[in-house]
Amino acid sequence: MTAINSSIPHSTVPILEARAITCVRGDRELFSRLDLQVSAGECLHIRGENGVGKTSLLRLLTGLAPPESGEVLWNGVPIKKESSEYHSKLLFLGHRDALKEDLTALENLRMYAAIDGIDLSDVEAFSTLWRFGLKGREDLPVNCLSAGQKKRVLMARMLTRRAQVWILDEPFNALDTQAVRELQSLIGQHLEGNGLVVLTSHQPLAISNLRVFDL
Amino acid sequence: MNAFFTIVQRDLLLVMRRKSEVLTALFFFVIVTSLFPLGIGADTALLRKIAPGVIWVAALLSTLLGLQRMFAADYADGTLEQLVLSPNSFTSLVFGKIVAHWLVSGLPLVLLAPVIGIQFDLDAESLRVLMAALLLGTPVLSLLGSIGAALTLGVRGGSVLMSLLILPLYIPVLIFGAGAVYASSVGLDITGHFSLLGALFILALTFVPWVSATAVKIAIE
Repeated sequence: MTAINSSIPHSTVPILEARAITCVRGDRELFSRLDLQVSAGECLHIRGENGVGKTSLLRLLTGLAPPESGEVLWNGVPIKKESSEYHSKLLFLGHRDALKEDLTALENLRMYAAIDGIDLSDVEAFSTLWRFGLKGREDLPVNCLSAGQKKRVLMARMLTRRAQVWILDEPFNALDTQAVRELQSLIGQHLEGNGLVVLTSHQPLAISNLRVFDL
Repeated sequence: MNAFFTIVQRDLLLVMRRKSEVLTALFFFVIVTSLFPLGIGADTALLRKIAPGVIWVAALLSTLLGLQRMFAADYADGTLEQLVLSPNSFTSLVFGKIVAHWLVSGLPLVLLAPVIGIQFDLDAESLRVLMAALLLGTPVLSLLGSIGAALTLGVRGGSVLMSLLILPLYIPVLIFGAGAVYASSVGLDITGHFSLLGALFILALTFVPWVSATAVKIAIE
């Protein structure tokens, strides 16, 4: 089966694909032989009850955890093989914000740019933070920001990361209605720019090119 | 390489923003080593004899105090996941964290050592050997310690478990580090001790970053 699949020439449209993946947490099997495909310009909205395995599925798609069986492929290549290549195109935001509380918003942004190997100019860093309503708060330590403002720092990171694949775990939590709209338009822009998005959320989303996947 | 320096710089910056954790470990070192001369009294011959052992044991324990800090905070706030997903090699990022740990908890011990040594009436030659031995030995402590810190990530009561895991691994460094200072104070050859310390350092430098990185990845899964 795999031999036949891998002989098919790779399509030119970037595509993230899971083939027959099984996820086991502890003794429980969360899902088995799951197939899914997301291609560029498309947003996959994963829904399901609490504890059904949404976060685990996202972690499998990022390569943070290996599936019990099956494989995840980016452009037809297993992500295990080309993990550095895949990770250079990937942005993952988990349910923890991964911001350093003692550093300022600007320092956090710069640090991630350096770690992700991106050239981020000061002008770009400032203008991105201002775009998300953090003007005057660039030099405050992140622990002085509210939960919603931290999310805005993350939105600034999403934009400066310049990744093609966005995998977002509950990105709409703790956002006010205005910020929800902004994030949706940010995702919309990303899709228009040939990006692809996989996200989990409990609320209905107004994004074009959205496909709902019930786990 | 750029990412490596970013991690070192970031960890140092975080320490500067929250100095108390590092200062606690350093004060611990100073106070423990000062208690011995005060408790034993002015028996200089005895003090000179116990100095290498006391200083090295205090150095081991104070290194241990700061180890938990190495990965725990980054693990708790999700930063470690982001580092694993960085296109740069995770091993080099982990190595950056180890270097940062040594700079704040190992290097100060080397610099404090002469002051501590004077309390034990060590002569100038012994002080020089003590500093050199610490300079070669404390990086090994940070390197080996990172394995313990990585293995006990997310484990309840991890710091006690980590001490049990790591202290036995510190024994060779303790023996040859303290042995070098003692040998120098009684006029014996010290090259053997330093060769072995150097060998430990090179061995740890070669394998430990990779081992720790693998352990952290397993903890994150």
